[in-house]
Amino acid sequence: MRYRSLFLNFVSASIVFGAWEIAGRIPVSFAFPTFIESMSAFWVLIIEGTLFTAYAETLRPLVIGVVISTVLGVGIGLWIGLSRAFDWLVSPIFIVMQTAPLAALIPLLIMIYGIGLTSKVFVVCIMAMPVIVLNTSAAVRNTPASIIEMGNSFLGSRRDVIIKIILPAASPIVFAGLRLGVSAGFIGAILAELKITPTGVGDIISYSRSIADYPTMYAAILSIILLAVVFLNVLERIEITLFKGTRRNYVSD
Amino acid sequence: MNNISTDVDNAVTVRNVCKNYDNVEALRDLSLEFPRGQLTSILGPSGCGKTTLLKIIAGLLKPTSGEILVNNKPVTGPGPDRAFVFQDFALLPWATVLRNVAFGLELRGVAKSEREAIAEKYIKDVGLTDFEHSYPHELSGGMRQRVGLARALSVDAQVLLMDEPFSAVDEQTRRKFQEDLLDLVKNENKTFLFVTHSIEEAVYVSDQIAILLPRPSRVSEIIRPSGFREKEALNIRRDPEYLDIVDRIWASLRTYVE
Ligand SMILES: Nc1ncnc2c1ncn2[C@@H]1O[C@H](COP(=O)(O)OP(=O)(O)OP(=O)(O)O)[C@@H](O)[C@H]1O
Ligand SMILES: [Mg+2]
Repeated sequence: MRYRSLFLNFVSASIVFGAWEIAGRIPVSFAFPTFIESMSAFWVLIIEGTLFTAYAETLRPLVIGVVISTVLGVGIGLWIGLSRAFDWLVSPIFIVMQTAPLAALIPLLIMIYGIGLTSKVFVVCIMAMPVIVLNTSAAVRNTPASIIEMGNSFLGSRRDVIIKIILPAASPIVFAGLRLGVSAGFIGAILAELKITPTGVGDIISYSRSIADYPTMYAAILSIILLAVVFLNVLERIEITLFKGTRRNYVSD
Repeated sequence: MNNISTDVDNAVTVRNVCKNYDNVEALRDLSLEFPRGQLTSILGPSGCGKTTLLKIIAGLLKPTSGEILVNNKPVTGPGPDRAFVFQDFALLPWATVLRNVAFGLELRGVAKSEREAIAEKYIKDVGLTDFEHSYPHELSGGMRQRVGLARALSVDAQVLLMDEPFSAVDEQTRRKFQEDLLDLVKNENKTFLFVTHSIEEAVYVSDQIAILLPRPSRVSEIIRPSGFREKEALNIRRDPEYLDIVDRIWASLRTYVE
């Protein structure tokens, strides 16, 4: 079973990379390198160490932003889900945040926070937080009423009911929100480097594009995707160890 | 002389309770007394407000008007003197049978080893010994219901509020549970409030049967079987009084079914 899914992964990867190689050879556009060219550029980025110094730079706003978004996002989402008043007060902010055109906000952020780390962290948070907040609050609100009632009838304190019933019940959807939020955070981090100051991976992308070194540009983009996939897998491991068994179906009859 | 208002000691008293959901009038001016140490069945057509009544007594719902007394004290919320068996079981899907059964004690802050020892005893009593480490989705409906039953028994409350606790078990198990329930009533000084759809079951296990009318519910009749209560469990179903009461209840309920 395990080998079978590994095999399927391999097949789908070969199809995608094969199509990429063919499209690069046709070529679809002179700015679209082949898969093999991109991979060798990737290799160069690795042995020259460029990629690692770049990520040391890029990961900072990304990790800070994702951590802030996770902690604040889950906290605020929980509160919104539990309190009608707070929902009414705060939810609109995140709905606006989710739909706001980020590109238009960036000049404003630069004006207020300058071109340093703070602005970049903000961009990551703006991208990551809304979906975390909105998913968490929806999940909390959808906790089956009957198990909350059960907690109350067996004299659970408010705190017990939240920690032992509401949070585990909400955890699958909260983690789905975290996965989306983290992916959006990745986009935010790169966007910040492209729009605010070119540093890290964003710098590799904009620099290699300016000198028409398209293989390197695509290698950098590919590296972001790879890292995001690794990140999401780590998140899944955390979910499994933290909330073992909560993915089981509800049974009521 | 002492002024004793009543000669029966009631564990639970329901006084003039009304309950309206937004635009549904579920209970209207319902009064009922539950003598201590006895089993009272609440019998009535589906949707007549039996669950609503039980949840009001449990302190999970507020009545629109009227009051509930448990041990002569007004109910303001859930308390350690009452335990609930839920019609829809209300199990935690991510917790094993053992944790689910011990969950009431867990919420009361009982230490892990102690509460698991207690839970294991009740898991054995309801016949789930080999399933301690199974999850609810791995159990049949009847087994899930028994988990809910064991959870309520393990907190050792004086008043047990049971909302159709045997509805999902098979007929054989059901008869066994009914006999167990009779033992429980006899041996433990607990008060049982027992909701059921089955007339035979109500007559078989009850000291007192309250028949509710369809919405808005009031008590239409209270029946107290007396003659056969002392007989052997095996002979009850053949007792003329038993058969007589079953017929009488059916006669008064059938008008609402048609
Ligand atoms: N939360 C609610 N909001 C609105 N109406 C409700 C709610 N809960 C119950 N009702 C209504 O109140 C009435 C009584 O419901 P209840 O669940 O107490 O019936 P019941 O006697 O337990 O029925 P059953 O035997 O089918 O379990 C029903 O008509 C139902 O539609
Ligand atoms: Mg009911």
